[in-house]
Amino acid sequence: MSTIVLLLITGLGLGALYFLVASGLSLIYGLMGVLNFAHGSFLTLGAFAGWEVARRLGADSWGVFGLALVVGAAVGAAFAALTELLLVRRLYERHIEQVLVTVGLALATVALFEGTWGSDPEFIEGPAWLRGTTDVAGAPVPNDRFLAIGAAVLVLIGIVLFLRYTRFGLIIRAGVENRAMVTALGIDVRKAFTLVFAVGGAAAGLGGVLASQYFGYVSPHLGAQLLIFAFIVTVIGGLGSLTGAAVAAVLVAVLQQFANYYWGYGDLVVVLLLALVLLVRPSGLLGRRA
Amino acid sequence: MTTTPTTQQASSRSDETAPLPADDGARGAARRRWVPLATGLALVVLLACLPLLAISLPGVLPGPTYTPGTLQVLALALLVGALALSYHLLFGVAGLLSFGHALYFAVGVYGLAIVLDRTDLPLLPAACVVLVGGIAVAHVVGAISLRVTGISFAMVTLAFAQAGNVLVRRNPAGATGGEEGLALDTTHVPDVLVGVANTRNLYWLALAVLVVVYAIVLWVERSRAGHVAAATRENEMRVRVVGGRPYLVKLLVFVVAATLATAVGMAYLLLQSGAVPRVTSADFTLTLLVMVVLGGVGSRWGAVVGGVLYTLLDQRLGALAASEAIAGLPSVLRVPLSEPLFILGTLFVLVVLFLPGGIAGAAQRLAHRSGRNRDRQREVARDTIEESA
Amino acid sequence: MTEPILRVTNLRATVAGQQVVEDVTFDVPATGVTAVLGRNGVGKTSTLKALLGLYARTGEVTLAGERIDRLSTDRIVRRGVGYVPEDREVFAGLTVAENLRLAERDAAPRRELVADLFPDLVRRSAQRAGTLSGGQQQMVSLARALLNDNRLLLVDEPTKGLAPKIVGQVATALAEAAATAPVLLVEQNLEVIERLATTVVVIDAGRVVHTGDAAELLDDPDRIQRLLGVHTSENAA
Repeated sequence: MSTIVLLLITGLGLGALYFLVASGLSLIYGLMGVLNFAHGSFLTLGAFAGWEVARRLGADSWGVFGLALVVGAAVGAAFAALTELLLVRRLYERHIEQVLVTVGLALATVALFEGTWGSDPEFIEGPAWLRGTTDVAGAPVPNDRFLAIGAAVLVLIGIVLFLRYTRFGLIIRAGVENRAMVTALGIDVRKAFTLVFAVGGAAAGLGGVLASQYFGYVSPHLGAQLLIFAFIVTVIGGLGSLTGAAVAAVLVAVLQQFANYYWGYGDLVVVLLLALVLLVRPSGLLGRRA
Repeated sequence: MTTTPTTQQASSRSDETAPLPADDGARGAARRRWVPLATGLALVVLLACLPLLAISLPGVLPGPTYTPGTLQVLALALLVGALALSYHLLFGVAGLLSFGHALYFAVGVYGLAIVLDRTDLPLLPAACVVLVGGIAVAHVVGAISLRVTGISFAMVTLAFAQAGNVLVRRNPAGATGGEEGLALDTTHVPDVLVGVANTRNLYWLALAVLVVVYAIVLWVERSRAGHVAAATRENEMRVRVVGGRPYLVKLLVFVVAATLATAVGMAYLLLQSGAVPRVTSADFTLTLLVMVVLGGVGSRWGAVVGGVLYTLLDQRLGALAASEAIAGLPSVLRVPLSEPLFILGTLFVLVVLFLPGGIAGAAQRLAHRSGRNRDRQREVARDTIEESA
Repeated sequence: MTEPILRVTNLRATVAGQQVVEDVTFDVPATGVTAVLGRNGVGKTSTLKALLGLYARTGEVTLAGERIDRLSTDRIVRRGVGYVPEDREVFAGLTVAENLRLAERDAAPRRELVADLFPDLVRRSAQRAGTLSGGQQQMVSLARALLNDNRLLLVDEPTKGLAPKIVGQVATALAEAAATAPVLLVEQNLEVIERLATTVVVIDAGRVVHTGDAAELLDDPDRIQRLLGVHTSENAA
């Protein structure tokens, strides 16, 4: 029983990280049709920014940790917004080239991170509570799991509120559905492009700081490692669907944890799940039918 | 309005090599057929002679062309060129943006390594077994992934390749050697292909692989299936309307490209005398994409040039990074310049932004400027074809 | 005759390398409803989309004397062009109220006018537009255009696929709309055209083959038969 609880909560924590990456990917794809390979780099840079803050100001204080989260998110958002403005925008409506540019950016930035911070993982510190465990139904659950889950839930609520109650949110929701018609209502949808990149980058940057707590280290490959599963989550959930991304993130991560524990090949099970979903519902769980 | 990525891509690619107009003057057609063939043959003969010559290209090659070190680098470049060519068949011809092509290459590399390690089969039968295995894997994965199109297809292929990567790293039953990789068991490999002294045989093997892959890709492109695949890339609906079977044609191209990658992978194993998990990674597929785009999407020789150039740059930039000239620079310059992938990635971004059509496209524009008249005729013919296609 | 509100000269448009508008030249007068007629697939809808910049186009288009053929779609619309697309294109996942809110561009949108014209929409403001009937969706689509003060309305097949009773309502709403701004209307239903149109432009194979007074054309069944390939009686049925 306690094993099941532990696997479940650990899976939820991992799902939270997947969601923080997949939410941005899904929104960006939904609105702009861009598959963003550089999204992992947003996360990695956010993680390193948070780590640098903690390293300089003292890793064990909660205040510094909070600041690290904010800085990670801000750096992720800024990096993402610049990517959109300087690279993606120039290739407006040329989807394949947009993908290629983000591929190039991902390769170049990961190499730059390696050059700057070294290619080996840096083990990190944090507030002492995060290193401890909490007893849930007899299972000693690492506390960083709760933090990741809590943060992802807050981000989910925040994005939902933003999409529902702001004009930009309205534009984004409408644009995901039918971008041409949004412009035909006299709205410059490109402003919303920069914004979704920034929102997605902020979620990824935040996810970077949390992921480094979850795994216990930062490395230049942190983002790429999560990105592939975030891609799978995005496809399973349905491209462009935020709720789909949330549901699929939990599903994929929990399944992965259980399969890893009992069989040792969780990653393979996830791929099989992807194949299955695509065979039954090619547009994903909550995606619109093409 | 939902525009699928495939049509976007089709409309954005204007300077590709379209099939030659059929109503061309007979002389022009003959010339067009013979000139590239003669140039290609001359180039192959020159490349074949390199191990017997002592050509030095300081900065480009590590030493004179007859030395094993240089031949090793050149052979690697040729094999990567052949691999890029197989990716061209997928992406450039059929318009299938796959992020999992490394999987089939890895099937060749690891498959042959494992068969040679675990069985007593001699090299050729072993290679046949692996090739059949590669075809089988490509069939299964292709049949599933091709149920979706565009970006979803890209992600599904990525996921399958990732599964391969996981499998190799997990080292099931000790078969793949995990992170360490697997050394080539040379017991059943003919002596002429083993050892530093025989590098030039391996070089010739690599050259032969490239020539064969090129011939097969050319043949597929010129075949009926190739034309249908290209038409599907431009407008799948129309192919379906006129009674074509886009799914089967795409699957065929997918399997052929994968099989070629498997074959190249086996030659790669012999050349590198070992298999490492990196060849299964998503990054490795991405570098293939970089090569093809660098060379020019849709161009056969562009893909080869892209692959060769990428490999040489990768090798030489690594050497540059370790050089004293770089070590003396301030860290703002030293850090980026000592990372070959940073330079290659940046170069790639610049090519995508500012050099549409890559190297082949640039060459075509240059040729266009020199022989404007002839090219204009071709372009008109091409436009007519595109309109009536 | 005053200066036309819209002047289209040698408009051509392509979609994915396909030419969908060959070479179209016509004027839209500053008052009344100008109907674009033609058989299915001759490029009527494409012409409207090209005017709005939704399709890549060449040629010259002026709105009240100013060139708009190089502007992006959102800029053209902000210059005072309302668009009611073929097949409604409401945002199915958004509520009726959200659909309308998104369309508001003016500082003082004409919410009262819309509420008067379409009381049904007020009642259904919290309903998702995707769950509305075709007629109701058409109301949303028209309302989106009527909320703002426009210099020109582009309306594409507003009665397509609607029940005869609804067609009458839509036509009434269009008549109201025409009182506020000149309308360029693509329409198949000759009864609606008879009721609304003042001027007609007939397109065939991507080119304009006839322009003139609406009543004059509608009084000449042979000509309609020749230009549109339909019998008036057949179409009305």
